[in-house]
Amino acid sequence: MSRLQVVSGKGGTGKTTVAAALALALATEGKRTLLVEVEGRQGIAQLFETETLPYEERKIAVAPGGGEVYALAIDPELALLDYLQMFYKLGGAGRALKKLGAIDFATTIAPGLRDVLLTGKACEAVRRKNKSGRFAYDHIVMDAPPTGRITRFLNVNDEVAGLAKIGPIHNQAQAVMRVLKSPETAVHLVTLLEEMPVQETADGIAELRAARLPVGRIMVNMVRPEVLDGTDLELVRDVPRSAVAKALSSAGLGGARRGGNAEKLVDPLVRQAEEYAVRYELEHEQRSVLGRLGLPLHELPLLTEGMDLAGLYELATELRKQGMS
Amino acid sequence: MSPDQDRHHRLSPAPVLDLDPLIDDPGTRIVVCCGSGGVGKTTTAAALGLRAAERGRKVVVLTIDPARRLAQSMGIDSLDNVPRPVKGLDESASGELHAMMLDMKRTFDEIVEAHADAERAATILNNPFYQSLSAGFAGTQEYMAMEKLGQLRARDEWDLIVVDTPPSRSALDFLDAPKRLGSFLDGRLIRLLTAPAKLGGRAGMKFLNVGMSMMTGTLGKLLGGQLLKDVQTFVAAMDTTFGGFRTRADATYKLLQAPGTAFLVVAAPERDALREAAYFVERLAAEDMPLAGLVLNRVHGSGADRLSAERALAAAENLEEPRIVDQEDGKAGLRNSPDTYGSSESPASDLAPESDSPVDPERTVDQLTAGLLRLHADRMQLLSREQRTRDRFTALHPEVAVAEVAALPGDVHDLAGLRDIGNRLAAGRPELPETAVD
Repeated sequence: MSRLQVVSGKGGTGKTTVAAALALALATEGKRTLLVEVEGRQGIAQLFETETLPYEERKIAVAPGGGEVYALAIDPELALLDYLQMFYKLGGAGRALKKLGAIDFATTIAPGLRDVLLTGKACEAVRRKNKSGRFAYDHIVMDAPPTGRITRFLNVNDEVAGLAKIGPIHNQAQAVMRVLKSPETAVHLVTLLEEMPVQETADGIAELRAARLPVGRIMVNMVRPEVLDGTDLELVRDVPRSAVAKALSSAGLGGARRGGNAEKLVDPLVRQAEEYAVRYELEHEQRSVLGRLGLPLHELPLLTEGMDLAGLYELATELRKQGMS
Repeated sequence: MSPDQDRHHRLSPAPVLDLDPLIDDPGTRIVVCCGSGGVGKTTTAAALGLRAAERGRKVVVLTIDPARRLAQSMGIDSLDNVPRPVKGLDESASGELHAMMLDMKRTFDEIVEAHADAERAATILNNPFYQSLSAGFAGTQEYMAMEKLGQLRARDEWDLIVVDTPPSRSALDFLDAPKRLGSFLDGRLIRLLTAPAKLGGRAGMKFLNVGMSMMTGTLGKLLGGQLLKDVQTFVAAMDTTFGGFRTRADATYKLLQAPGTAFLVVAAPERDALREAAYFVERLAAEDMPLAGLVLNRVHGSGADRLSAERALAAAENLEEPRIVDQEDGKAGLRNSPDTYGSSESPASDLAPESDSPVDPERTVDQLTAGLLRLHADRMQLLSREQRTRDRFTALHPEVAVAEVAALPGDVHDLAGLRDIGNRLAAGRPELPETAVD
């Protein structure tokens, strides 16, 4: 399993949730993972039901078997200040720059610079070792920008090519690219079984591959349980309504004769099955599109009670069961 | 909470948003569809535009990022940044429908070309900083969407413009981003950077000047001197050709506050989408922007909502019980096991019947009926979840009128589908045959 796991996906597919569940799954059995947020949305804090995350690594969850999940919300401005401090020993001048809006200016005017700072921080955590020479974290999971922007975000080398050609930023970008293009890294894409997210996933994979970034797995999120299968759906098309009414009646739902309570249920129930059949077919279509992309596929169930901490652990268990850790 | 109790909540809902009077009113000139990503904004905008046109208005729909097939069906899949007539419209009410997909780079280029002489325009268009700015700067899409809206309005060829807003991280971005980008480009720092000489000449500014040179020095090291120079030439060139960006951003902002503009907040009955919708409602009020109401997409209903989830499940178990004892394949028992989610393999295989052994037809019907009941139980649970999320919104904003659109099982990608959505939008309530409560 790669040490840096980047999780992207179309907006609304639940990539933050999947990233968090993956961090939990990878932390089980005494391991330590770092979950990194780069878009300043505080989605991780919301998921783990904790207060706003500062720009500092902080333990936010304990995984089954004693593992630990740390979280870090990277702030590009603070990262840039850190960085200036490290290379130019700016001291108070750094703060003055911030006051003038220069930091904001620099990160806005050169989006590539911001991306180098964000990915750089994650890569630093990948390589960091503690005093005993072991890696500080077994895995880093990054809740990355959405599919539409992920390749540009990770391909920092190209992005900063127009910027400084020598000097620390350049070196930083080189170091970042070494990690990102190595087997140490895997980029996963989260999708739903719907047309647009699947299309975007296919496009995203093509872009990542063209940039020679390591594509990991496809994570299909919010998969609805299969209540009726293909056989049922065929049957429902030509089953006599009266037979269904009789079955409903035998289960204690009223009279099966015309106008009886059970009989009145048949039409709406069959209509619901027909709607289900349409979706079932669409989902199968999208599944086969995904299948043709030639990547390992994981499916995570839709949590009917909505997303909460318990649900997160459930998804983590599911990921482990499917060999994601 | 049992769904049976839930049903009674349906009786005290928000006021119904009646969309036909809104789109029929000649005073309505702009309808802005906003909301968080993935709630069906584009489809709503397209459906409303089609409906208004078929009811006799001259409509243009500005979409930002439509699904490919929807764009194809409207004939706007080629990006040329010009409104195209939509074919297949029912023209009996002598309305018109044009549609276009926003090309933000093209829109930006057009602004430059419209305001600068050919030579200066070329300088700007070739400036590397301009190129990265127009291709994908944070906020550029929002800025250009508003710019395009202003242009369409100024042409005065249509009497109704329906706009979709960019799929931003936050629904509010399209209000804020143009200003942010505008003030950034017109900002203090960029001025300082572009005119350091002027500053140096003034007494008393020495200190600042020292600070400035240190700063440009550091920024130069970080960003590379070339980029800074590009920015400086770009700003200088833009400045002399036309007024500040901020002024333009302010102008479109005013357009949004003008009478004749109506906002529709689009959401789905999900926690996050409705939370965004609530923020948006508050924000519009704070900005004096007229909210017409909330369009709630993908609302589920059931024609059998008298049958609660609990009773449906109990009946399903009842039907399945004898099977588990005397039938070997035990499929019903497996059906809802977590394995159904399995990883890669399973999908299409289960389309085929699983066993060749003769099956007792009555058992099969029982099994099928149990499946129908389980499906219904899922539906009822979904209904009560949606109701809870809605109630939360209505409690916060009881004054906001709501149009509910029943969920469609599939995607919409043709005019017939849009027309169907339009009908549902105008109905304001999903069709629920048996909603009357005892």
